[in-house]
This record gives sequence, C-alpha cells and structure tokens, in this order.
Amino acid sequence: MHEMSLCENIREIIQDQAATSGFTRVNRVWLAVGPLSCVEPEALRFGFDVVMRGSVAEGAAVEITTPPAKARCLTCQRVETIAQRYDPCPHCGAGPMEMIQGDELRISKLEVV
Amino acid sequence: MCGTCGCGEGQVAIDGKHHHAPTREIALERDIMAKNNGYALANRHRFGDAGILALNLVSSPGAGKTALLVQTLRMLGDEPSAVIEGDQQTTNDADRIRATGTPAVQINTGKGCHLDAHMIGHAVDDLAPQPGSLLFIENVGNLVCPAGFDLGEAHKVVVLSVTEGEDKPLKYPDMFAAADLVLINKADLLPHLDTDLDLIITNARRINPALDIITVSAKTGAGMPGWLNWIKTARAKLHAAAAAE
Repeated sequence: MHEMSLCENIREIIQDQAATSGFTRVNRVWLAVGPLSCVEPEALRFGFDVVMRGSVAEGAAVEITTPPAKARCLTCQRVETIAQRYDPCPHCGAGPMEMIQGDELRISKLEVV
Repeated sequence: MCGTCGCGEGQVAIDGKHHHAPTREIALERDIMAKNNGYALANRHRFGDAGILALNLVSSPGAGKTALLVQTLRMLGDEPSAVIEGDQQTTNDADRIRATGTPAVQINTGKGCHLDAHMIGHAVDDLAPQPGSLLFIENVGNLVCPAGFDLGEAHKVVVLSVTEGEDKPLKYPDMFAAADLVLINKADLLPHLDTDLDLIITNARRINPALDIITVSAKTGAGMPGWLNWIKTARAKLHAAAAAE
C-alpha cells in the first residue's frame, strides 16, 4: 500500500504550497497518474481522504487524469500508445520500444480558496 | 463559482456583497516522487564519490534473500561489505547478517511496505561503510511497492525462487522492468518441482529484454560464483564511471 506514503508526499507538497501561495483551503486536486506508474488510482483516492484529514486539503475532491503511455519505436521511429511496458511496436511489430511517457505521478493543479 | 458553498453569480448576496472568497486555480505540475528522488540522487552521489557499489535486493517474502546474502557474504570473505535490512518488524535478518561478521543496520518500516531513499541516507550514516565497499540493501519482501522507490542504488536485483511459478515476471512486471539482474534462487529444489526454468527466463526477458539472469542455489552454492562475478563486473563499471568524471 505505498499509495499511503504517496499521499503523505502530496500532503506535504500542498502544505508547502499553501505557505508560499497563501491559501487556506483546497477544494480540488488534479493528479496525473500514468497507467504504468505502479499506482492504483482507487487506492490513491482512498489514501488521499485519510491522509488529508487535518490539512488544508481535508475533504478536497480528487480528479485523476491518466495520460496515455507512449513509446518510441527504435526501428520505425514512430511514437505510439502502448498498454504495457515493452509491448512491441503496434505499427511495425519490432520491439522493444523506448517509453517516453506513462509512469508519471504529478500534482497538476489545485483549486484553492 | 464560489468554492465554499458552490453558489454562482446572481445568487443570494448580503448587503450587495458575496461573503465567500472566490476560488482560484494554481498550476503546480509537481512530481509527487520528487522528494524521494532528491534523496536518492544524494545517496547515489555519496556512493559514487566513495566508490561504494549499492545493490537493492527485492523479492516476494520467502524467496530467500537473507539466506542468499548470508552465503554471498561468506563467499566474499574479507571483502569489505555492509548490509541494510528492511522489514516491517523484528531484527531477525540483521542478526543473521551480523552473525557472519558483516556490519548491518535493521530498518523497521512498521506499517510501510517499502524502503525509501530518506531511510537509506540515515542507515548509511549509522553504518558508515568504508570507501570501496559493497552495500547490500535487502528491501521489504514485496514485489510491488519497492519498484517505484529509487534508493540511489546502482542496480535493483530481483531474487525469484523456483517455487514461485513461471509467470511471476508477467504478474509483477514493474519490478522486473526496474531491475538489471534476476537471481533465480533455490535451484536445488528443481528436481522436486514441475517448474519450467526456461519459461521463467523467457517471461522475465519478455518484460525486460536487457535483464541479466543467473540461476543459483544459496543452499548448495551452485551458481553463486556467477553472481559474485556479476558483482565484480558491476563494481568495475562503477569505478570506471567515477574515474571518467
């Protein structure tokens, strides 16, 4: 359940940001979670509610966006969407491809008061 | 829209003013792992500067990481080594390592399912491994979470026992994708099992074609020289990279 410790990181980043940007409450948090990031979005949502208690983001809504995983084929040079790591190129069938996006774990933005 | 109550324009106002503060959006685009990755980078520099080869051993619980380490340390003899042990509870593993004469620190993660780079920094402060030594980090037995946490190690090494099934790499691909070496352990049990060793290797390479794979038995010592050679090569590469800087 490392989603809990990820939520602790999120809490810390938000609290730091509250101090620098001068907000007292967070209504909504947008997270970008890559499909190959080893994170289960539902577990992250669950951990989020628990971990944010007592912080400026207590009760905040969570919006999780999932940017598609993309990889570049080392043979035909195309960038394609992949479902799993080391999938062969859907265009030319060569493998493996070089992953360029899909394992990110980011706080994209906050809606604050 | 008001962020406090959800009321919009044209709705109830008191004394002609809306009494709730307006909401605003702040674009952050902040990496959630940035803090861990910062500590990991610091650890990696520290290991690089001191010529320490740090290996992060990961596996399911019971794959034989500690037995493998004990045997490895015995075979390494006087080679300067140190061990960081990670478990949720108990100091059993560190005790087993110390019995070989190798300094060890036990990290108990409590409810935690993985070691992180910050814990490793503190453990290294305590251990103070000598320059040029080998540092083995035995992660919490878990094939999922430790994949996502860089500790600053030179390589992740997956220990997979032959009793775990041929499809383990396919079931837990993230860990095999993050690793550089797989040690297939408990090879002495193969005559008693239906396990298809070639299929384990094929599946692991399907996930990560660049993987090195060595079959060993920590119990009998079979295959262990191949693992010791791998360590030697990895250390030579680390020192060559440090010298080139």
